[in-house]
Amino acid sequence: MDNVIRSRIPGTFYRRPSPEEAPYKEAGDRVVTGDVIGLIEVMKTFHEVKSEIDGIVERFEVEDADAVMAGEVLVVLR
Amino acid sequence: MRIRKLLIANRGEIAVRIVRAARDLGVPCVQVHSAADSDMLAVKLADESIEIGPPPASKSYLNAGAILTAARETGADAIHPGYGFLAESAKFAEACSDAGLIFVGPSPETIRLMGDKAAARRQAANAGVPTVPGSEGVIEDVDEVARLADDLGFPVMIKAAAGGGGRGIRIATHAESFTTLAIQASTEARSAFGDGSLYIEKVIPGARHIEVQILGDGRDVIHCWERECTLQRRRQKVWEEARSPALDDATREALCHSATDLAQSVGYSGAGTVEYLFDESQGRFHFIEMNTRIQVEHPTTEMITGLDLVAEMICIAGGRPLQHKQEDVTSRGHAIEVRLNAEDPENDFMPNPGTVSDMVVPDGPGVRFDHMLYSGYQVPPFYDSLLGKLIVHGETRDHALARLSRALSELRIEGIATTRPLFVDLLRECPIGDNAIHTGWLEEWLAMKRQKNEEASPG
Repeated sequence: MDNVIRSRIPGTFYRRPSPEEAPYKEAGDRVVTGDVIGLIEVMKTFHEVKSEIDGIVERFEVEDADAVMAGEVLVVLR
Repeated sequence: MRIRKLLIANRGEIAVRIVRAARDLGVPCVQVHSAADSDMLAVKLADESIEIGPPPASKSYLNAGAILTAARETGADAIHPGYGFLAESAKFAEACSDAGLIFVGPSPETIRLMGDKAAARRQAANAGVPTVPGSEGVIEDVDEVARLADDLGFPVMIKAAAGGGGRGIRIATHAESFTTLAIQASTEARSAFGDGSLYIEKVIPGARHIEVQILGDGRDVIHCWERECTLQRRRQKVWEEARSPALDDATREALCHSATDLAQSVGYSGAGTVEYLFDESQGRFHFIEMNTRIQVEHPTTEMITGLDLVAEMICIAGGRPLQHKQEDVTSRGHAIEVRLNAEDPENDFMPNPGTVSDMVVPDGPGVRFDHMLYSGYQVPPFYDSLLGKLIVHGETRDHALARLSRALSELRIEGIATTRPLFVDLLRECPIGDNAIHTGWLEEWLAMKRQKNEEASPG
């Protein structure tokens, strides 16, 4: 599948920049290359997940604060 | 020994260290673990283990209720908090004593006093310990802080009273940026620690970080000499030595005495560390804070003194008075510790959890490796990146440096990136051998190296 955004690293996935803020992206939002779609917390540090493709968010495959593995699909685009 | 069964409320390499100290004392131990840590080394080495919650630390290692329940269920009568997590929580220490359990550490009052960094500064000043020039206690009014900063002269550090360990700190280089930074620091501190009060300290350029290990039993206090922890990245120590190569005998004597004076002034019980900045150009030291727990770099002190600091903590908590007089704590040779983190120095120190496919542990004279690894171990992503510490001891600093180089060449950790190559590189650099360093040196050196690499491979 080429229309997905995967996590490069294992950790905890967050959809918001901080608990009080709105999610980076919602289903139906447009995504272009370089857009941040979430954060991965690994070993007490936070890393932005950037899209390497363009599209529209079809759905999130993981929930906010879910544990993810390296290579796991986070978002499916259409 | 009054302690009959010790519960270890921590994980990783320090949990392994505490299991070993307990077993050396003949005290059975219970290792707590999160759902992600059921196969960690400390669980395998302890007499018993018990799960306390899901992977996130907030639901396991920081969950005081779950830890106290685990102690009750396993019949433990004492809890060792290690470092980090609940180690400096006065509330947790209090909850232990309310539950009839021994907390291996100082009293809740001492933890609370030293945890308020502004109050600790005042305590130090009252005990005659030189502090970094700055505000007396916390300042609630930002305009008032700004006036004081002007008097001190820029740059100044803006610090959160409830902070520590490098968190909640801003450096203001001139008056114009001061108010904005102070408001930022206060907001950040309020959300992180629930307390936005600030204090300020003058920046001492080119300072070294030097700290004194102390032991107290509530009556007497002794020091176990000092450690040099000047090599830091993002305010985290990466390389530590005992003793400091930068002090002459008179300064060392004064420094160590000031630490025991401060600890004595609060009737300190347990192991603690008094941290200072040392202004080499002036030959002056200034108190910055006291940590009321065992520290990561404690093995360097153990290598030069022959003491087992973790065992001492357990014995003191069990009610045994100090067994060592000050004159008995002698220092021999030189020790160096380097921190092996699961981070990739080739990729801006990106954390790198994964599975250790194979490993070779260095050995031989003067070498100690305190770690949490075994072949096949899967390093979880949920906790900090410290995998272990390589510690060497030699007759002289040069001897220790040679041993470090030899031990690093023996060490192999396969399957995950570690900070080992950083130390191999550092040992090739003259300034480490020459010892001309300050707390900003490592980051400057890393930036220079990065620039060189970019020039060598443009684009």
